[in-house]
Amino acid sequence: MSKVFKNAGEAVYDIMSGSIIMIGGFGLCGIPENCIAALEKRGVSQITCISNNAGVDDFGIGLLLKNKQVKKMIASYVGENAEFERQLLEGELEVELIPQGTLATRCMASGYGMPAIFTPAGVGTEVAKGKEVREFNGKQYLLEYAFDADFALVKAWKGDSFGNLVYKATARNFNPLMAMAGKITIAEVEEMVEPGQLDPNEIHTPGIYVHRIFQGANYEKRIEKRTIRKLDQ
Amino acid sequence: MLDKNQIAQRIAKELKDGDYVNLGIGIPTLVANYIPDGINVILQSENGLLGMGPFPIEGDEDADLINAGKETITTVPGSSFFDSAMSFGMIRAGKVDLTILGAMEVSENGDIASWKIPGKMVKGMGGAMDLVASAKNIIVAMMHTNSKGESKLVSACELPLTGINCVKKIVTNLAVIEITEKGFLLLERAHGVTVEEIQNKTQGRLIVEGEIPEIAF
Repeated sequence: MSKVFKNAGEAVYDIMSGSIIMIGGFGLCGIPENCIAALEKRGVSQITCISNNAGVDDFGIGLLLKNKQVKKMIASYVGENAEFERQLLEGELEVELIPQGTLATRCMASGYGMPAIFTPAGVGTEVAKGKEVREFNGKQYLLEYAFDADFALVKAWKGDSFGNLVYKATARNFNPLMAMAGKITIAEVEEMVEPGQLDPNEIHTPGIYVHRIFQGANYEKRIEKRTIRKLDQ
Repeated sequence: MLDKNQIAQRIAKELKDGDYVNLGIGIPTLVANYIPDGINVILQSENGLLGMGPFPIEGDEDADLINAGKETITTVPGSSFFDSAMSFGMIRAGKVDLTILGAMEVSENGDIASWKIPGKMVKGMGGAMDLVASAKNIIVAMMHTNSKGESKLVSACELPLTGINCVKKIVTNLAVIEITEKGFLLLERAHGVTVEEIQNKTQGRLIVEGEIPEIAF
């Protein structure tokens, strides 16, 4: 059975309202633009979204928030999105803010087949409320559970029909972790190549984790904060 | 009184050759501009990069290459990329020597609050909770008082905590302060700032032992 799909619309055909969906990326860097646009178009609602950030008001996950398609957001940092903050403060949106390393490692645990992890992040803070605390070697750790996501939507630089993926620079971030963690993982790539063209030594995500793959189109790759220096600096 | 760049410049004196350093958003980012001659440090950006370089020159910006503040950056020779789990793995395992970050409040026992003002501002903790829970050395860069003129160096934090018993040192616009078992130990004062002024603007217990030298660069 081929993993290759024609486009985002076809690849997300069975994502239903109420799904738990992981979305890769850090800020706007490495986000699955095509899949997000397809979700927006498909009009699914009441989704639980697991992603480090919530996009900006008019791009990334911000598009789904604006349409009120998101019931619950699980993220570590949402500071770049005014609409998100408004919905949160007015109680229109359920939000679970969790430490970034905890978020990453709960994805990893899922992809590694481990039910839970222990981390010191959040000990003594409101993040620890209701969680089991265990001491190892004199230091306290919180028990945090692996995520259980229906779908993972990730973006890679290159991929092949086996689902093998390679990411570019810091656009890697959460993508390989979420790719491992989805019950169904959908990868969009900037460049689809023939099997054998990717060096097996350099593959970041082995194809076994990827269920569907397609060549993305019309990447905007918006830069959130363009910072530059003068030549003589 | 120090400006933001001078706070960064003073903190840069704390860097040791060979340190792996994570710089938070705001004043901490400026520390990279003042790394002393002869000191080589490797900057870690928790979104998945060791060996962060300066901002790119115009035209070289790459949407796929940003720092944790979402700013376009470059890499230095010898840099490496990795995923977010490995990034926080190296933080959790204590491989990152020094974390420099901002704060809204720091208490005299080293608790830090930096991520939330209930009912007003919710941005999230990002990677700060992971960093303060595991870094070997944590320095806070911040103004001594908030916009209302209230002390940010307090006996106990009122705002939601980011981490407990973790901050080692604070560099503000007025002073350099070490967190000790007895409270805030005043180490240095900014040029033209008296010990009395620092005392008045420090709500937590301030310990003053002997002559307090001025901050030198």
